[in-house]
Amino acid sequence: MKISFSPEDEQFREEIAIWLKENLTGEFEQLRHRGGPGDEHMFPEERKVWEQHMAKAGWTCPGWPEEYGGRGLSINQQVIFHEEYARVGGPGHMGHIGEGLAGPTIIAFGTEEQKKRFLPGIVDGTEYWCQGYSEPSAGSDLANVKTKAVLDESSGQWVINGQKVWTSLAHESDWCFVIARTEPGSQGHKGLSFLLVPMDQPNIEVRPIEQLTGTSEFNEVFFDEAVTDAANIVGKPGDGWKIAMALLGFERGVSTLGQQMHFQNELDEVIKEAQKSGAAEDPAIRQRIADAWMGLRIMRYNSLRMLSGPQDGSLQKEAMIYKLYWATWHSDLGKLAMDVRGADSEVLPEGPYELDRLQSMYLFTRSDTIYGGTNEIQRNIIAERALGMPKEPKGR
Amino acid sequence: MEFAFTDEQEMIRDSAESFLQDVSTSEAVRSAMVTEAGYDSELWQRICSQMYWQALTIPEEYGGLGLGYVELTILLEEMGRRLLCSPFFSTVGLGVNALLVAGNETQKQQWLPQIAEGSLTATLAYTSRNRWDANSVDVIARAEGDGYVLSGTYKYVPDGHTADLLVIAARSPDSQGQEGISLFALPAQADGVSRKWTPTMDQTRKQAEISLDNVFISADSLLGKSGEAWADLEKVLQLAAIAVSAEQCGGARQALDLTVDYTQERVQFGRTIASFQAIKHRAADMMVQVECSRSAIYYAACVAQEALFDGAVGDELPVASALAKAYCSDAFFHCAAESIQLHGGVGFTWEYDPHLYFKRAKSTETFLGNGAYHREKIAQAIL
Repeated sequence: MKISFSPEDEQFREEIAIWLKENLTGEFEQLRHRGGPGDEHMFPEERKVWEQHMAKAGWTCPGWPEEYGGRGLSINQQVIFHEEYARVGGPGHMGHIGEGLAGPTIIAFGTEEQKKRFLPGIVDGTEYWCQGYSEPSAGSDLANVKTKAVLDESSGQWVINGQKVWTSLAHESDWCFVIARTEPGSQGHKGLSFLLVPMDQPNIEVRPIEQLTGTSEFNEVFFDEAVTDAANIVGKPGDGWKIAMALLGFERGVSTLGQQMHFQNELDEVIKEAQKSGAAEDPAIRQRIADAWMGLRIMRYNSLRMLSGPQDGSLQKEAMIYKLYWATWHSDLGKLAMDVRGADSEVLPEGPYELDRLQSMYLFTRSDTIYGGTNEIQRNIIAERALGMPKEPKGR
Repeated sequence: MEFAFTDEQEMIRDSAESFLQDVSTSEAVRSAMVTEAGYDSELWQRICSQMYWQALTIPEEYGGLGLGYVELTILLEEMGRRLLCSPFFSTVGLGVNALLVAGNETQKQQWLPQIAEGSLTATLAYTSRNRWDANSVDVIARAEGDGYVLSGTYKYVPDGHTADLLVIAARSPDSQGQEGISLFALPAQADGVSRKWTPTMDQTRKQAEISLDNVFISADSLLGKSGEAWADLEKVLQLAAIAVSAEQCGGARQALDLTVDYTQERVQFGRTIASFQAIKHRAADMMVQVECSRSAIYYAACVAQEALFDGAVGDELPVASALAKAYCSDAFFHCAAESIQLHGGVGFTWEYDPHLYFKRAKSTETFLGNGAYHREKIAQAIL
C-alpha cells in the first residue's frame, strides 16, 4: 500500500497538464469550469468543438483499449488525467455518456459490427449519447419499465412506444440507449432489451424539464412509433436488465477522481468566500469547513481503494457506499456555501432568476441525493448486498 | 500509487484476525479488564514470543521486524475490533514511536532491543492538565549538575502504572507554550517516581497518574535537544493519534458486525428486526462510516510511513493525523451508540458487549483530543 505516484506517472501528469495549458485557451477559455453537473445546458456546441479538439490529440476515451481508439492508459494514469483535467476547470465532457457508459457497454457486450459502427464516433467526438432508463413509473423501481419495443419483421426494425424521463443532454444527442420491454406481458427485470436508437427522427420528441434551479438539463423523451434497425440491439432480446446492471458498474471508477477535483474547486471557492466574509473566524463554520475538507480527502481514498481493488466487475463494499457518500457530502457543501455568505446568499447577481456558481451548485445538489439511485435506495443496496440483511418485500 | 494491501499485509491481517478471535474473546476481555494491571501477562508474553507484534515497527538493527506503519495499522485495527487488553498501544504506539522519533543511536540501542524481545513495556507521559497541546506540559525540569531534576504530576498516562519505561515531557522553569520542552527516557522504578492507577469508565484501557518528586535524570537520558523537543513530541502525538484511530476503526467495525448479527436473530412482529428499513438504513449509515474510517487510517498510515522515513508525502502528517483522529473518533462513537440502540433492551445490559465498545469509543475519543479539537487543527492548516 502506497499513495505516492511513480516518477513515470508524475511525468505523465506533466504531459497532460502542459497540453491542457497550451490548448484550453483562446476560443476555449470561456469554457473553463463550465458544463459540469448543474451547468450541462451551457455552451453545448462550443463544448462539442472542444471535444473534437481533444480527440485530434488523442485525449478522448484515454482509458479505452488502443484497439478501440483509446490510449490504453493504466488506472493510475487515468486518475491523473481526470485530476489534471478538472484541476484546470476542463469543460464538462459532452461525450461522457458515450465514453463512460455506451462505449464500455458496446465493448463488453456488442457485436464486431456494432463496435465498428459506434465506437469511432464516440472517440472522435462526432456522435453523442444519452441514456434512456428512467420512466414516470420506473424511478427507484427501474425494472418497472413500460416502454415497449416490437420487432417488425417486414421492415426489419424495432418499433418503440413509451416515455423516458430525466434524460440529460437528450436534445444534444445523436443516439440514445433505451431499456425497453420486448417480451409482451413480461414483468420486472425479465423481458427487457437494450436498444440503440437514433434520436434524429420525427417520432421522438424531447421536452425539457424546468428544474427548481430555473434551468433545464434534464428532459422527457417521448417515443411514438420510433424506430431503430433490428441489428441495433446489444446482447439478445431479454438480456436488457443484465446489460443495464453491468453498465452501472462502468459508471463508477476513474472519472470519480475528476468529479472530486471539481468538488475541490468548489470547496476552494467556499473557503475563499469564508475568508472574505469573515465567516472563517466563526468556530462553528471552521468546524464545518474542516469537516468538508476531511470528507473530500476521505472520498479520494475511498475511490483509490475502489480502483486498486479487484477489477473483475464485482461490486465491492467501497463501491457500494460511494454514491451515498458523495451525494451527501456534496449537498452538505451546498448548504455550507450558502451559510458562509449569510444574508448575502439570497441575493442573485441578476434578475429574474440568474444564479451564480455557488447558488447554482447549492440548489443543484438537491438532485444529487436523488438521481442515479436515491440515498434511500443506496441504503437498501448497502444493507442487503454488503451487510446481508433481508430484502425489501415486493408489492407485486 | 497502489492503495491496496500487499499479499504479505493480507497475511498479517489474517493471522492477527484468527489469533485475536481465539484469545481476545468477550470472556477474556472481561476478566482482564477487572484487574488493576488491565491485561493478562501470560497472554502478553504469548503475543511477544509467538506473534512478535511488539517488535513489528522496530528496525532490524535493534532486533525488530522492521515493518512499517501500514502493517502496524492493520494490527491495531484488529486489536481494536477485539478490544484486546494489552500494553501494546502504550508500548508501540507511544513508547516505540517516541524512541524512533526522538532517540539517539545509543538510546535506541539501549531500549529498543529490550522492547523487541518482550522484556520491557513503555508509555508516554506528557500532559498535566485537561488538554493535549503544548500548554498541557507542566512538569518542571531544572538543570542541575550533569542532569535534570524533575517535579510535577502527569495525568491520563496509558498503562502508566505498569509500564517499565516512561518517556516523559517536561519544561524548563518559566518557559511556556512550545518553548522549553524536553523529552526524557525514565525507568519507572527510579527514585521519586510514584504511580497510581486511575479507575476509568472504560475498563479496557487503563490510565495512571504519575508524580515526580525531585527525580534526578542524567543528561544521557535526554531524548533530542534540551528545551527544543516540542516538534518531536508533536510528531509522536500525531503518529500515536493515527494508532488510536486504527483501533477506533476496528471497534466501529465490530460494533456494526455485532449489530447486524443481533438484528438478524431478534424476531418481533413475526420477522427479524433486520428486515425493517428503519434498522437497515441505520446499519447502512454505520457501514459508510466504517468504510470511510478505513480509508482514513490507511491514508494516514501511508503518510506516517513516509513521515518516519522522509518520503514525499510525509509532510502531510499533521493533517492526515488530525483527519484520522477526528473522523474515527466520531465514527466509532456513532457506531457504538447505534449498536446499543439497535440492540434494544439487551444493549443496555452489562452482559451484552455493546457497552464495552461504547465506553472504549468515548475514552479513545477524548484521548489526544476529540473530533472538534482535530478539526480545528485542520481549519488552522487550510484557512
